Amino acid sequence: MKLDFSGLESSAPLYGGNNGLLCDGFSDAPSFDLPVTSDFDGFQKNSIQMVKPAKGTTTLAFIFKEGVMVAADSRASMGGYISSQSVKKIIEINPYMLGTMAGGAADCQFWHRNLGIKCRLHELANKRRISVTGASKLLANILYSYRGMGLSVGTMIAGWDEKGPGLYYVDSEGGRLKGTKFSVGSGSPYAYGVLDSGYKYDMTIDEAAELARRAIYHATFRDGASGGVASVYHVGPTGWTKLSGDDVGELHYSYYPVEPAIVEQEMTEAIVA
Amino acid sequence: MECVFGMVGKGFALVVADTSAVNSILVHKSNEDKIMVLDSHKLMGASGEAGDRAQFTEYVQKNVALYQYRNGIPLTTKAAANFMRGELATALRKNPYMVNIVLAGHDKETGPSLYFIDYIATLHKVDKAAFGYGSYFALSMMDRHYHPNMTVDEAVKLADQCIEEIRSRLVVAPQNFVIKIVDKDGAREHSWRRTTKD
Repeated sequence: MKLDFSGLESSAPLYGGNNGLLCDGFSDAPSFDLPVTSDFDGFQKNSIQMVKPAKGTTTLAFIFKEGVMVAADSRASMGGYISSQSVKKIIEINPYMLGTMAGGAADCQFWHRNLGIKCRLHELANKRRISVTGASKLLANILYSYRGMGLSVGTMIAGWDEKGPGLYYVDSEGGRLKGTKFSVGSGSPYAYGVLDSGYKYDMTIDEAAELARRAIYHATFRDGASGGVASVYHVGPTGWTKLSGDDVGELHYSYYPVEPAIVEQEMTEAIVA
Repeated sequence: MECVFGMVGKGFALVVADTSAVNSILVHKSNEDKIMVLDSHKLMGASGEAGDRAQFTEYVQKNVALYQYRNGIPLTTKAAANFMRGELATALRKNPYMVNIVLAGHDKETGPSLYFIDYIATLHKVDKAAFGYGSYFALSMMDRHYHPNMTVDEAVKLADQCIEEIRSRLVVAPQNFVIKIVDKDGAREHSWRRTTKD
């Protein structure tokens, strides 16, 4: 049994070896043999279960007057162990489009890179940039075709195209939603609370960045699987720029500085007779 | 938690759907339009798994359009319903689509019609249909108050009663609903019933 990798194919055939009189010139889809087990369905189910709880992260993105604000934490956890505090969860697909990572790191990185390739090919073939709608649809169709096979991807595609700012949520169950405000990951309910209460369409870039940073901070405060550094990016008409990357521990003390406590009674040395 | 229901009136058919896009306990969006305009005189309200819903309904929409380009005439509602059921049935024992559909259409010769299409490829031509947890409340409301040849106002009033019942009795009721209508002048959005602004 072989998996179908037609989603990975580039348009040019990779091998010429199969061309012959009997062949119509199309090479086989690249594939590899699956592991030999007595219970393949159980193996597949177990690998899906292993990946499922792994959306331990907080990412958010929202559209406002000046473009799209994208923010994420940087912690990677495996159960109770923090494996890294410095994971890049905002992936630069191309100079005017960003993707966020939640779920399996390898899945997100690989498929975003693949999406970047497809976007560039579209640009070369059509002499114009691909829209955010088109890019998100490409990714959603690929993820839909791998549905049920254990991919774990919860991503937002944010960009600026001819129609202005665009934001889509795409996940490995095949869902794709167009919207103005999303948060994905285990810390997302906490982030939504801060985001919803502070959101206004008319914000300056600085105000929006502060809202995004604050929402990530509050999510990392309450969610054990989120932490590290709160990165904030802005996507404007000329592309994306990284605005800040602040350690959430330091953010905590800048938002809630330690007041010196009023001492009611000082202890004094006991007088030894 | 998704609610889709519909009914046939005098010269028109109505489809009502909730507009929430939910992921376990999180509401990602509360203005997601789940009633697709299949062609000028057909409406398709769909509920089910996220990816399947969008992919299957778009697949059907494009195939219906292709038929019209190839043959110069649009499909009848009955033909579209049978096409959909055939696709669901073929996929059922390989890679099933988990989508439930209420198809409403208006044909010049036969007037308005409503079809109930299940995720296991059941097909029924009906006067009223409902899917989801909301169906427990909407079906009995419609059974009680529906009568053939209702006017648009009567049907919308019945739809409102169903929505009120869902809102008050369903434990996690959807926030907003959209009502769409199809009659001899075509398929169009009728109105929204909102409790939240998005």
